[in-house]
Amino acid sequence: MFNYIIRRLLYSIPILLGVILITFTLDSVMMTPNEKASRVLGPKAVGKTRTEWIHNRGLDRPMPVQFVNYVKNLVTFNFGTTWVTGRDLSETFLQGVGPSLCITLPGFFAALLGSLGLALFQVFVRNSPVDRVLTLFSVALMSVPTMVYVIFAQAFLALNLRYFPAYGFAYEPGMLRFLLLPIVIFMLINIGYDARLYRAIFLEEIGQDYVRTAHAKGVSTARVLAVHVFKNGLIALITLVVAQLPKLILGSLLIESLFGIPGIGSMLVQAIQTGDQPVVMVSVFLGSALYLLSLIVTDILYAWADPRIRLS
Amino acid sequence: MSTPLLEIRNLSIAFHTETGVVEAVRGIDFTLAKGETLAIVGESGSGKSVTGLALTRLLPEPPARYVSGEILLEGRDVLKMKPDELRRIRGNRIAYVFQEPSTSLNPVFTIRWQIAEAIELHRPEVCDVDAEIVKYLELVGIVNPRQRMNDYPHQLSGGMQQRAMIAMALVCHPDLLVADEPTTALDVTIQAQIIDQLKVLKSQIDMAIILITHNFGIISGIADRVAVMFRGKIVEQGPTAEVLRNPQHPYTRALIDCIPKLGQRRKRLTTIDHAALEAL
Repeated sequence: MFNYIIRRLLYSIPILLGVILITFTLDSVMMTPNEKASRVLGPKAVGKTRTEWIHNRGLDRPMPVQFVNYVKNLVTFNFGTTWVTGRDLSETFLQGVGPSLCITLPGFFAALLGSLGLALFQVFVRNSPVDRVLTLFSVALMSVPTMVYVIFAQAFLALNLRYFPAYGFAYEPGMLRFLLLPIVIFMLINIGYDARLYRAIFLEEIGQDYVRTAHAKGVSTARVLAVHVFKNGLIALITLVVAQLPKLILGSLLIESLFGIPGIGSMLVQAIQTGDQPVVMVSVFLGSALYLLSLIVTDILYAWADPRIRLS
Repeated sequence: MSTPLLEIRNLSIAFHTETGVVEAVRGIDFTLAKGETLAIVGESGSGKSVTGLALTRLLPEPPARYVSGEILLEGRDVLKMKPDELRRIRGNRIAYVFQEPSTSLNPVFTIRWQIAEAIELHRPEVCDVDAEIVKYLELVGIVNPRQRMNDYPHQLSGGMQQRAMIAMALVCHPDLLVADEPTTALDVTIQAQIIDQLKVLKSQIDMAIILITHNFGIISGIADRVAVMFRGKIVEQGPTAEVLRNPQHPYTRALIDCIPKLGQRRKRLTTIDHAALEAL
């Protein structure tokens, strides 16, 4: 088990290097050091200031040296500064994680519980009119674009009825009023999609022989679903759920920027709009690292859920 | 005469499928006394497994529908029971052993957990659950039951899995064990072991057995009576020795003809003309 985790972590290194190589190459191809300097210092800065700026960042050195230095900086979490505000990037990201998690964590757990409950209930009443109506409902939930939810919530619930503020975020006792709309929308987007997937997973299990055995033992239908079918469906479920974890830390791009939540998601959208390349590069690096980590977590959880899988 | 353990009267079961209604069981009658062993023999699709599952209404409804008839368990009609009454007879009074032990056991729970679930459901008075599990695993011939019970199904061989299934079925002292093709998925030597095990158990425990099989070869030593099913009907039933020696129905004769005999030259297996038999 321990060996397995170490080996998987070592396997991730070349993958991460590849990701860094791609973003690094794109970055270098898109802008020359001179262009970068004038992007940060302004078009008027010429001559010595500009050469110094380029020299201080090592942008005048050979590409392989630049790449090695860049990798060194990334692995020591020395991400550099943003171009637009000039602030330290690791600090900016750390500040953004809090607001992002405020939206995504409750939204994720609400969506997970909601979609699991919905899926199990639909399997319980499978092929009945209730099941069909709920499927239609799920499809509707996942088909409506995020923008529609946001516009409806902001125009109707926030501006017309004044139940919630339309925009903004603050760490304060009453912060929930800022969070509620984005959390609910985050949940709604995920619940329809997830419920349909989970329903399909459980429906596949319900036809298995061990389900008949459980019924033949006199186990109640509710317990067959909640214990026998659920634990078997868990294996497929884990893949879907754990793959969402990086998304939670990186935040939701659309919801955060539309509701003015200062999380990593809105930071990234802003960086793309203003061409703040270091922010985008670091986001891609962090996103890939988190994704690789979640894959390892998936494997560990597999071994926990399914006795037939042994990690070695 | 006292009430028989099980009495089936004019039972018909249909399946409503997208391509139309299929009548899987068409008006069958049979009775089973306490402690008696009945073999239901027939080819694939003859309705024998459906009959077995119907005894505790295990068929999914829909598509299955009980068109007519009664299933009387000591005089009480199973078809009129409420869901919680059904749950009380399932596993408790009528227990099952299925064809494919590797998929019939739940892959993600230990043998101990699965047998314990049955005990907790029907025999809540048992205090030492582990001791009870060990006792029954020993009874069905599992060596070293204390270690084996903590195994997951995939860690056991097919024969061991089926023995564990039988232990799980017996642990609640059922009045009737329905063994639905219990040996079909196993290789021939293991088949013989499982059948021998059932014979031994039959002599030790006072319980009736319905043995569902397509294999005439395995029933002679174990079944008191045999019912031959063909296309949803029981075409012949009687004491096993009599039916084997002197089959009345042409379908039974054809089936018995298909049993390979030692020392006989290989010949073509008898085939049957369904249309002609149907016309009988």
